[in-house]
Amino acid sequence: MFRTALRNVLAHKARLLMTMVAVLLGVAFVVGTLVFTDTVGNAYKERYLTTLRNVSVQVTPPFDQESGEPGTAGEDTLRRLQRLPGVASVTGSVKGFAAVAAKDGRPLAEDKVSMAGNYFPQADGKDDRHPLITGRAPTGPDEVLVDTSTADQGGYKVGDTVRLAIDGPVLHKKLVGIVRTDNTSGSGGTAVFFDNATAQNLLLKPGQYDGFSLNAERGASEQRLATEARDLLPKDSEISTGAQLREQQRAEAAEGTDGLGQVLLVFAAIALFVGIFVIGNTFTMLVTQRSQEVALMRAVGAERRQVTRSVLIEAALLGLSAGAAGFLLGIGVAMAMRQLFASTGSGVPDGPLVVAPGTVLVSFLVGVVVTMLAACLPARRAASVPPVAALSTLHTPPPARSLRRRNALGVALIVIGVLGVVFAASSGETGRTIVLFPSALLLIGIIVVTPALSGPAIALAGPLLRRFGVPGTLALGNARRNPRRTASTASALMIGLSMVTGLTVVAVSATTSLHQRAENTVTADFEISSRKSDYLPASVHDALAKSTAVTSLSPRRQSVVRMGDNELNLTGVDARSIGDLLDPSFASGSLAALGAGGGKNLLIDTTTADTYGLAMGRRVPVVYGDGSRDTLRIGGIYHNDEFLPTTMMPLATLQPHLKEIEDTSVLVHTKDGDGETVRRSLQRALDQNPLIRLRNTDDLADSAGGGAITLLLNMLYGLLAMAVVIAVLGVVNTLAMSVFERTREIGMLRAVGLQPEQTRRMIHLESVLISLFGALLGIGAGIFLGWAAGRMVSDSIQGYEMVVPWGRIAAALAGAALVGVVAGLWPARRAARLNVLTALKAD
Amino acid sequence: MEVVISGDTLCQEGQSIERPPRIGMHATLPPSAPESYAAHATDLTKVYGTGDTRVVALDAVTVGFVRSRFTAIMGPSGSGKSTLMHCMAGLDSLSFGSVRLGDTEIGSLNDRQLTRLRRDRIGFVFQAFNLLPTLSAVENITLPMDIAGRKPDRAWLESIVQTVGLADRLDHRPGQLSGGQQQRVAVARALAGRPDIVFADEPTGNLDSRSGAEILEFLRGSTSALGQTVVMVTHDPVAASYADRVVFLADGRIVDELHAPTAEAVLERMARLTPAHQV
Repeated sequence: MFRTALRNVLAHKARLLMTMVAVLLGVAFVVGTLVFTDTVGNAYKERYLTTLRNVSVQVTPPFDQESGEPGTAGEDTLRRLQRLPGVASVTGSVKGFAAVAAKDGRPLAEDKVSMAGNYFPQADGKDDRHPLITGRAPTGPDEVLVDTSTADQGGYKVGDTVRLAIDGPVLHKKLVGIVRTDNTSGSGGTAVFFDNATAQNLLLKPGQYDGFSLNAERGASEQRLATEARDLLPKDSEISTGAQLREQQRAEAAEGTDGLGQVLLVFAAIALFVGIFVIGNTFTMLVTQRSQEVALMRAVGAERRQVTRSVLIEAALLGLSAGAAGFLLGIGVAMAMRQLFASTGSGVPDGPLVVAPGTVLVSFLVGVVVTMLAACLPARRAASVPPVAALSTLHTPPPARSLRRRNALGVALIVIGVLGVVFAASSGETGRTIVLFPSALLLIGIIVVTPALSGPAIALAGPLLRRFGVPGTLALGNARRNPRRTASTASALMIGLSMVTGLTVVAVSATTSLHQRAENTVTADFEISSRKSDYLPASVHDALAKSTAVTSLSPRRQSVVRMGDNELNLTGVDARSIGDLLDPSFASGSLAALGAGGGKNLLIDTTTADTYGLAMGRRVPVVYGDGSRDTLRIGGIYHNDEFLPTTMMPLATLQPHLKEIEDTSVLVHTKDGDGETVRRSLQRALDQNPLIRLRNTDDLADSAGGGAITLLLNMLYGLLAMAVVIAVLGVVNTLAMSVFERTREIGMLRAVGLQPEQTRRMIHLESVLISLFGALLGIGAGIFLGWAAGRMVSDSIQGYEMVVPWGRIAAALAGAALVGVVAGLWPARRAARLNVLTALKAD
Repeated sequence: MEVVISGDTLCQEGQSIERPPRIGMHATLPPSAPESYAAHATDLTKVYGTGDTRVVALDAVTVGFVRSRFTAIMGPSGSGKSTLMHCMAGLDSLSFGSVRLGDTEIGSLNDRQLTRLRRDRIGFVFQAFNLLPTLSAVENITLPMDIAGRKPDRAWLESIVQTVGLADRLDHRPGQLSGGQQQRVAVARALAGRPDIVFADEPTGNLDSRSGAEILEFLRGSTSALGQTVVMVTHDPVAASYADRVVFLADGRIVDELHAPTAEAVLERMARLTPAHQV
């Protein structure tokens, strides 16, 4: 039996190629996922390799309880640590934030790591945490180093002047060298380093460090050093040995990558599931084609079991070779995934590819098991061919079994699935845990009834297809001819597209709602805020007030006041201009109250009202920061919104009581809207300080989660692409098979006058028809699932409203039609090029 | 395959053209004006392969099929009878010689033109697998005209359908028809477009004798009553006896012919041919 199976694999190699590719792609995805997660895990583990290489003990002073700021220690601590026996060297660390602008002035890495630190040269003049690549160490307050990532992004070379800001005005420093650092590895962030004294002055306090790392002499015990260091440091200092730090790093890496790996494996499983359809379909076709052959084997004495086994061995052989090829391709997929993740700036550090031995085993196992699983039904069908079939000269296709039982099962699954999904959707947040199960039931139900659905659904396209003349009519007939095959081909596409549509609906609805809300509540053109701290200096407001581009503006100026036993955060806004800048939706009262009531009106949002039990019109006694007392009146209550402050009162009333000016942001309305030109002119007004961030309403919505959702959606598209590619192969496969099966028919058509291009069109139309059918099913299911998922997330996304992204759905349909055309290319070409006479003689 | 290994001196392609025409064969043909032929082949030669695998399937065959007549082509297996039909029907290319369909020289046509010629001017009936299972009987009948985008002649179509007795089965799919009924649909399709000539390749090969007889009656009726020209390839003497004339082929050459044949006469001629061929 084994030899027969082997011969079959070889004899049908062209026909099996597509199947093999389907298995191969699925395996490649699984392998790619495993290799990618291993690689990322390893990269995270090794991330601080350079930084930690010479660290035997790391010491961090305790938090300052009073100021709530990280603790520091001075030069004396450093010297005492250096004198410890067994210590080779001590590095004092100073870390902080610095926003860097590119050479052309635009701010760099706005949402990423923007670190600053000290360059702490040891006896050899080098700091081994940040090895120099070119240039020299900085000396004096006007020199700086940047890391490779900053240099690349900013277009900086040694000798240039770097524009940066720590927490105030723009600083200009001369670039004297470029270093490599672990801190920005793969993240696209920026890092700058000053000489020790400058770093302390700019980032911390003169003469102070935020931590020390001790490098032990050869043979000295890390543990003993740690114990000895403890005595030299303030109580509650954090002291870790190098081994502990590396272990900690490993644990964090594992935690981060396990979740990622699981998500990726889900998508790999989807791709494999789709692959099973393609494989099952091919084996069914191969078995049907070979029914006479099988019957002959049965006639000469092969048992049913032997026939089944022969098909299964064939599947196993195929799975094995697909597993091997899939493994190789998987390594490529892993590299592609790394690109995908790197392009989203999710900060996966660089590192070598890691291929674990288990991955090799998995690739073969997945290949064989999936293929054999898919071949199970066709193998049983093959065994049921009666021996007498060998004697009949005519091809008699096995009678199609009734679909009635199948349909009943499918309808039952769909009903249970829909009810389950609706139930999950209506139970809000708790529904999230259970929704996957009914969703899967629903999709499987759709797959089960698709054969019955395909006939009527495709008939609907009849009037359209008949406009293509005979090729259209024939394509229509051919697509309806084998409902099971059409259905499983379409199902493969359906699965991918239902996911794509569902995710798109949720993501687009969420981002649209966010943007809509930002647009509605923030009527200002730009919100100006600081990238680093919570507060802007008052100079920003003043600079903007002078800008000719600005027509009206208001700060959001913070002050904490006492209200009885509670502290209340008050936001002072310009009563005259705020109407141009914000448009809260009021439950009672209006913005106009700010300009009335002698400046004593306080507006609060619904959450604040509920928390403190404040009602409209209530008089509230408050104590300002300077100790003076006042009584404010609740002049309006507006709906809580993340784009709005929680309270608003006239700036004129609040201002006299402020010790220091703290603006969370400044809102401006401009002459010419929120375009790029305006943005640049405002940036110039602010001395192009990279610390200051200008956001229009779109940027605000993106910062509030819209950007992350879009990023995630694009990433998921990338992952689902694999399932779609496999489905496309399924379409190619099905069409190639039907062309092969209908060789004589095509020969006859050509004999009676069908031109080659008409023949080609016939195949293409069939291909497009099947693809669109699958796409429509998937889109329908996807919209429903998207609706359900939306119901579940609507609690966490304020103002969530379902938006059906018709544009994208049209694009998906157009894509499916294109898939049909592309998938039909090769089979159609084959059909058109058939020699009429040979075709007529084919069996 | 209907091929014969050439034991002839015919080795070089150039030489075969210079060979004198076979006058003797010409002499046996009825003297008719060329324009009364629906199709005519002159020195039709078909060679497959080159060198050692060179096979001459048709060896300078000259034959004409007179309009409104029913001609049968007979011959032992491998005599070249199917190749002759394929070459004359524009399904296969010629190596040498010429084939005229009416006043069209088909040797000079490209694939597109040949396809159009088959569609518009030739009707086909094959041994099996004649119909498209996805189309109804009537759709199968009008298929060549639908491909051409021509409206079928309603009255003519009805008379054909009446003649073959399919009026009540027009909406049936081929799968719902018997073998004989399917072949009658195929005959109706071949006739529906009023082609210049109908080629039938073993049309009764897969049928029982009664259904076969019906088909042959239709083919004969189409020539006598409707004025069609029909050429049928067969190896069944009974089928051949329905024709007005039988042309016998052996080793790629026309070796004999018979007018107003009977089954016995055909059988007797075939018996004379076969031993000679087997020597």
